[in-house]
Amino acid sequence: MSGPTGNRSRSRWLLAHATAVFAFLYLPIVVLILYSFNGQGVGGFPPHNLTLDWYRTLFADEAIWDSVFYSLKVALAAIAIALGFGIPAALALDRATFPGKALFRRLVLLPLILPGIITGLSLLMLFKLADVRLGLLTIVLGHGTALISVATTEVFAGLQKLDRAQEEASLDLGANYWQTFWRVTVPNLKLPIIGAALLIFTLSMDEIAVSFFLIGRDNTLPLEIWGRLRRGITPEINAVSTIIFLFSLVTIVVWYRLRVRAEGAVEAGAELIAAADSEHS
Amino acid sequence: MFSRGYKTAVTVPPLAWVAVFLLVPYLLMFCYSFWSVSPSTQTIVHSWNLDNYKELLQKAVYWQTLLRSMWIAARVMLFSLLLGYPLAYFLSFYAGKRKDLLYQMVIIPLWVSYLVRAYAWKTILGSDGVLNTLLQYVHLTNQPLDFLLYSPFAVVLTLTHIYTPFTILPIYAALEHIPRNLVEASHDLGATPAQTFWKIIFPLSIPGVVAGATFAFVLSLGDFLAPLLLGGPSGIMISNIVVSLFGAAYNWPLGAAISLGMLVIVVSLLLFSERLEKKWSFS
Repeated sequence: MSGPTGNRSRSRWLLAHATAVFAFLYLPIVVLILYSFNGQGVGGFPPHNLTLDWYRTLFADEAIWDSVFYSLKVALAAIAIALGFGIPAALALDRATFPGKALFRRLVLLPLILPGIITGLSLLMLFKLADVRLGLLTIVLGHGTALISVATTEVFAGLQKLDRAQEEASLDLGANYWQTFWRVTVPNLKLPIIGAALLIFTLSMDEIAVSFFLIGRDNTLPLEIWGRLRRGITPEINAVSTIIFLFSLVTIVVWYRLRVRAEGAVEAGAELIAAADSEHS
Repeated sequence: MFSRGYKTAVTVPPLAWVAVFLLVPYLLMFCYSFWSVSPSTQTIVHSWNLDNYKELLQKAVYWQTLLRSMWIAARVMLFSLLLGYPLAYFLSFYAGKRKDLLYQMVIIPLWVSYLVRAYAWKTILGSDGVLNTLLQYVHLTNQPLDFLLYSPFAVVLTLTHIYTPFTILPIYAALEHIPRNLVEASHDLGATPAQTFWKIIFPLSIPGVVAGATFAFVLSLGDFLAPLLLGGPSGIMISNIVVSLFGAAYNWPLGAAISLGMLVIVVSLLLFSERLEKKWSFS
């Protein structure tokens, strides 16, 4: 417990600060979960009349479940698009030279750092011009496009560590590129690909800023919740939020374990965050 | 080792996708910003002029909202760094065996739904929310504090909560990459802990600070959901104006001009921070 600049009082001060920041980060989540069991509504201290009624209401709420299934559909399609174009994009960045490569790299990563409103609105204009009706298709295209960046960064990082000798051997022994891709490249990139899929899934299930502009008649889960927030709040929203939280928690922990196995702790989160900085990735 | 055909096969599909769904939409936004809405038919007139930009320059409300948004984003950036840097430093140098666990604890809130967290703050800050009823319960106040919700304060607080983990991670990564023998050398040569921090550790962590600060600023600047949910009339940000121009106010061209302005600000900031990071990176 003694750091480089470490005397005891400094490390104690840092510990206190860290504790306070963690409290700040987790307090809203704790409050949220706590009040999902509160019989008296979302406000009011202390919480009392603890009950599971809100969860019962939630499980009987068809509109919410419809939006959950809609979101699942969107997320699965977004994974397909993002991996389908993100993996080749990573291969292209790793192995090919072509005019406009630097611009391409920046463009792919841009939706990760750009406020969602810009991605959402620019796509809205495209769909309007092409006369595409807003609905499942437009949301899927929006999510897929915004999340290609995630697939590309994850797979690109995997490729940097890949030993090309295996692919070379496969080609020398007479396999064609297609066989080599499926039997050598993809199995070696299993962890980054699964990791990317998990992240894309979680991000898509949560996405609201892009969907906000591309939504048709049916709501995704976050937009369904958003609509209800505008009408007034009940602990039912806490209940559904608690379930979403537990769900993301499991996904993220699984993702993190995979990532640490693939390349060590520091890189795991920072990589995604630093992804927008194209020169360093 | 990779043939021309292979390279074409991996390059063309993603290139085409990015061109159609990213490049063309941005260009379209650019075009839209020079068009206008016909007052009589409420349709978009594709005649090129600078009227939208003139309006932006002339009407104070756009400037004021943009400045307010930048001021909110600047505060979020500052608070996120003040909260995030010492925590990242603690994690990197003092956390010992608990490093891995604590690191995961930073990542988790990062991926918890944005909406869920903003909503949680709404239930905490409201006039009959958790905080106000708690204060009254312990008799610190006898009526609700009404500046807590529907104010720029609520927006800054919520966005700081959301973007603090975004600043912690790159700072932590930068700190982790500092060779520990540099720190020891500084120690052995007689530097005080404060000197070691300010002359060795902090300068080497600047790329991480710049990356984190950029994320916090850029993402807060474009936010429109937190202001809608928690900001009230005094917490309106520039993106809210854009949203209304694309919705009820129906003036897409003017909205496109503002969006394009935001895009220019954001991209210049990104390029600027990239240069800063390069300048300060030691590898």
